[in-house]
Amino acid sequence: MSDFDGEFGRPRSHIWDREQVLAPLLIAPAILYIVVLVGIPFCMAVYYSLSDATTGSQTLHFVGLRNFQAVLKDAVFRKALLNTFIFTLVSQALVLVLAKILALALIKDFRGKWLARFLILLPWTAPIALGTIGWMWMLDSIFSPIDWLLRYMGLLGAPGALLGANSNLYWLGVPSLAMLSVILVHTWRMLPLATVILLAGLTSIPQEILDAAEVDGAGFWRRLFQIMIPMLLPIMTVAVLFGIVFTFTDIAVVYILTQGGPVHSTQVLASWAFFKGIEAGDLAQGAAVALFLFPAMAGVAALMLRLARRSEVA
Amino acid sequence: MASLRHIGRRSSLYGVLSFFALFSAFPFFWMVIASFKRDHDLYTLKNNPFIFNEPPTLDHLHHLFFDTLFVRYLINTAVVGIAVVIITLVVAVPAAYSLARWTGRWGENLGIGIFLTYLVPPTLLFIPLSRVIAVLGLQESLWSLILVYPTFTIPFCTWLLMGFFKSIPLDIEEQAMVDGYSRVGAMVRIVLPLSISGLLTVVVFSFTLSMHEFIYALAFISSSALKTVSIGVPTELIGEFFEWGPLMAGALIPSIPVAILYTLFLDRFIAGFTVGAIK
Repeated sequence: MSDFDGEFGRPRSHIWDREQVLAPLLIAPAILYIVVLVGIPFCMAVYYSLSDATTGSQTLHFVGLRNFQAVLKDAVFRKALLNTFIFTLVSQALVLVLAKILALALIKDFRGKWLARFLILLPWTAPIALGTIGWMWMLDSIFSPIDWLLRYMGLLGAPGALLGANSNLYWLGVPSLAMLSVILVHTWRMLPLATVILLAGLTSIPQEILDAAEVDGAGFWRRLFQIMIPMLLPIMTVAVLFGIVFTFTDIAVVYILTQGGPVHSTQVLASWAFFKGIEAGDLAQGAAVALFLFPAMAGVAALMLRLARRSEVA
Repeated sequence: MASLRHIGRRSSLYGVLSFFALFSAFPFFWMVIASFKRDHDLYTLKNNPFIFNEPPTLDHLHHLFFDTLFVRYLINTAVVGIAVVIITLVVAVPAAYSLARWTGRWGENLGIGIFLTYLVPPTLLFIPLSRVIAVLGLQESLWSLILVYPTFTIPFCTWLLMGFFKSIPLDIEEQAMVDGYSRVGAMVRIVLPLSISGLLTVVVFSFTLSMHEFIYALAFISSSALKTVSIGVPTELIGEFFEWGPLMAGALIPSIPVAILYTLFLDRFIAGFTVGAIK
């Protein structure tokens, strides 16, 4: 405990005033909470994945890697694994480009900024489970207003129309469109967070640098690619990493929108772990599926850590 | 000439912003319309869905509030949220203070370690936690959520508060101690009053994050009367009768106040996210 700063180490009459006692004491409840309800459950997840645990039975036996073998053989699991990566990468690539455009617009001063900000932030600030319900109707197989608009414009529902003669596209009923819908909703949801993070970065770029570049004759694109983007790189990484964490592990969008359907075409790791582990009661295989989330998350955490360290040095 | 270019720039700015505002807010705009539209208007395919073709109605709201468990979900959400706020404050405030003033390497590493647990996803932990909850006899009880939600509010709020406490000059505290306060006394009487806005941020975020949570509530609670808004509306209101009007109103009503609160405090939230990346 010699790590304490000398200036606090002054001996005092009361034991509570001693840093060596007080500092660990104040932090102990937080550590305890996290160890008991995050650390131990994580170890349990690992142990379950190596056992035959079910919701029904009280006893469990060690079965080695059998669950992982079973899970990997399962075509639905492989689809879920692939989907998790596709949904995350595609949506985050879209988010990054759109957020950059939006942040450059939002940094300007204009009338009604608070309203624009409030509306743009809605997908992130409102509970995602409720926002997704709005999308359910937008993508409904019969009442979708998107379909209505397409029909109105003559792109759908007439013989020879561009998108087919059916009166609806069945967004959530056709595998490719269902995947597109899930990506769209993830993009919609994460865009505000990435935008405000980038905005915080943009405001931290000293205006003199940009002004000086403009005086020297650098146009908008040159300033964007040679000054703003390089200076924003660390914070863009933060935005993307958070986006990846939230999208990769999300279950609400898929659960509410498609339940993984049609025929598992939008199943992701989180939803498949839920259906296996909770609804089917196979804790062991559910835990094995969920554990596949971990390597990706550990990678993201390591990257963040490096980033935090580097900026501390700088 | 210059003013023409100015007008051009302005209109493209407004164009970009309107596009994004429309994209982001549209599902909510839609909820507003559907909440007040008559069923006949909603379900007539020929009608323009974007306007009221028939006079608006309050039937859906009446149905939502008096014939469903919606009010119950709101109460459950508030109970869980308030309890989580209290637990988070009690645990995170001393932890953050300790980390802010504990300047050795140990302290720094602990701080980063605590923040990293915020990244451990609930979708990885809900299966073992459902067993923990069962062993503790808390299944089908709001206590399960009150116990588990601080696992994500504590790490984040500790990190957030740490920044606040660090910004308070040490001299003020030392002066108070010279004046005869104990260290804890100085923290309670001097540091906390100076950190009111930080504490308020913690209250807002613990509450909104609890309200947003989905997977734990889905895994631990299955009796309708105990559900929170986040799972009650998508599972029960859809499952029981699937009427679009009340469903949309049920999604809209909890969203708006929480979105307003969140927006007001967002800048501080982002500051917590990006500590280290902006210098």
